[in-house]
Amino acid sequence: MAPSSERTVTVWQDKVRARVRVAGSGPALVYLHCGYGLVWDEFLDLLARDFTVYAPEHPGTSDGLPDAVKPLDDVWDLTLFYDELFDRLGLKSAAVVGHSFGGMVAAELAASARERVGKLVLIDSLGLWRDDTPIKNYMVMAQPDLEPLLFHDRTHPARKHIFANLEDADSVVRLTWAQACTGKFIWSVPDKGLKKRIHRITAPTLIVWGRQDGLTPPVYAAEFARLVPDSRTEIVDKAAHMAPMEQPAAVAALVRDFIKK
Amino acid sequence: MKISMFHLMPYRELPADFEKRYHSVWVDPPFWELADPERVGQYYNWTLDELIHAALCGMDGICVNEHHQNAYGFMPSPNVMGSVLARATNGLNTAIVQMGATLPTTNPPIRVAEEYAMLDCISGGRLVAGMPLGSPMDVNLCYGISPIEQRERYYEAHDLILKAWQSREIFAWNGRFFQLPMVNLWPRPIQSPYPPVWVPGSGSLSTWDFSAKHGHCYCFLSYYGNNVGKKIMDGFWDFVSRTGLEANPYRAGFLQLVAVSETDAKAEQEYFPHIRYFYDKCLHIAPELLAIPGHQDYRSLVHSVKNINPGQGELMMQVPNWKYRDFVENQFVIAGSPATVRDQLMTAVKKLRVGNLMVLLHIGSMPHELTLKNIELFSREVMPHFRTVWDDEGWVNNWWPQRLRGNGTSAGAGREAH
Repeated sequence: MAPSSERTVTVWQDKVRARVRVAGSGPALVYLHCGYGLVWDEFLDLLARDFTVYAPEHPGTSDGLPDAVKPLDDVWDLTLFYDELFDRLGLKSAAVVGHSFGGMVAAELAASARERVGKLVLIDSLGLWRDDTPIKNYMVMAQPDLEPLLFHDRTHPARKHIFANLEDADSVVRLTWAQACTGKFIWSVPDKGLKKRIHRITAPTLIVWGRQDGLTPPVYAAEFARLVPDSRTEIVDKAAHMAPMEQPAAVAALVRDFIKK
Repeated sequence: MKISMFHLMPYRELPADFEKRYHSVWVDPPFWELADPERVGQYYNWTLDELIHAALCGMDGICVNEHHQNAYGFMPSPNVMGSVLARATNGLNTAIVQMGATLPTTNPPIRVAEEYAMLDCISGGRLVAGMPLGSPMDVNLCYGISPIEQRERYYEAHDLILKAWQSREIFAWNGRFFQLPMVNLWPRPIQSPYPPVWVPGSGSLSTWDFSAKHGHCYCFLSYYGNNVGKKIMDGFWDFVSRTGLEANPYRAGFLQLVAVSETDAKAEQEYFPHIRYFYDKCLHIAPELLAIPGHQDYRSLVHSVKNINPGQGELMMQVPNWKYRDFVENQFVIAGSPATVRDQLMTAVKKLRVGNLMVLLHIGSMPHELTLKNIELFSREVMPHFRTVWDDEGWVNNWWPQRLRGNGTSAGAGREAH
């Protein structure tokens, strides 16, 4: 199933054009993607059966809008940008689901604009840091070293969404620039102060983690669970950091059940 | 034209199997396994002595640069080296070419303005102010600057430095990255309105634009010689012509590896192990560290991805198997007897149309004595033939310290002054 529509809205003193893919019907669910850009895959198709899924493309990662990231300098700007984006989309409040980089943004939004986030789902989320388990910098890793951190199944077809086909210049540019634009908000250590704000989250929160996540190992699920006031945790087997791509049915079912509950 | 000696100051005694045992020469080579601080002290002193020797031999300029966390070239502070060089070469007509202090990692950037002004004052107005953007390894990894912000920080730092040098009034700087309430530089550079600025680059369109917009000298720094460099420099000169700038050869700098001995055969015997060491070990940089997303801005990224030259890639793949002859034939290194080097370097300089040449006369593991020999032979047997290369076209080298400009024949009177 293809996304049913694509909306481009103007935010942030009209300086940022934001593209949002919208599909499905039902209560609003905002999905914030990982550092490799938005991929509309089986996971989002499954969610669109029960929800109206709004999937914004992180500023700068949309085709034809590479400079949209420029007016946003830091996590504070980015969080307020999403707060405004909700207005532009006519959303007062929604369930917010974030994966990896998008998880950090979702958590920041839930801590700052509490009324926006009815329920929060954090999937293999970035945003916290433990000195005993430093998070590797995926933007500077060779593919053979990175693959096992992201995928439990090294032959999984979704790998093509993460590792560019070097013959395909457009895919190299798209994936490189998506990491550049998201990396702006997490470089060089992906701890930008969420730990100071995370206690403010009031939304009921589901923490979903790939058991084999090698980038943000499950100790980070426990760390989020420790710091988010109202949360429960689900560990998904046979899934690494890209859990929604690797186990779309299992992760989508957990998300659906939690939000509809 | 002007010819300066460039020195990287590499670690000269890496183990023979370094490139097999270690991930990268840059960012993560383990210091305590590979190096020794006492030995490093010796290297710094050799490096300074070699550059001072180049000045005494009459080289037009001596160059140092900034890099971090590596065995390839580790002068984390080029200005510490530059201050020794400036002091030691007073009385000589040698330019102090700082290639240089990396702008996006110096915070606040007026530190660069201050230290360059100090060097200009100490040297009596002999400074060339290099303004590097910095490598992704140095800036993004070692110094933690967000890749996508690196160039924007660079632009702001550059504007701030130029204003700090020139402003007659105390001013407040309220920038995006830097905020300073009262900028009032002590000292100011001797050179007016400011020292010549050289911008090192690796062929990125954005850097060409930037150099052109500000009237700076663009320097293509590569270790792949003038054959590979020709494609880039042709692109640069096309750009210069499209932009409506004069084709003044002095607005371009280029770096070439050079090794001179008494005969071609002797050059091979003396220099080949060090050339091999340089390409095998000093350039053993993990590729993923070179291509960090965001280090190139979007336009340069698209340009470089879509213009990958498969022929060049294949050439690079063959380098590990190259013999001496291959390095020379492909012009990665111009090496041989003085006559050979003269001929080949002259061809290279003319085909690249370069007025400010830098030569890497210390290569890889080259020991101190051999480096001194290379410097002496180059300055005595090669360099004098190049002084007047561009004189018949009548260009002025606006990118050289004014009091050292002279004309082709009278410049570089280092030996007499000493």
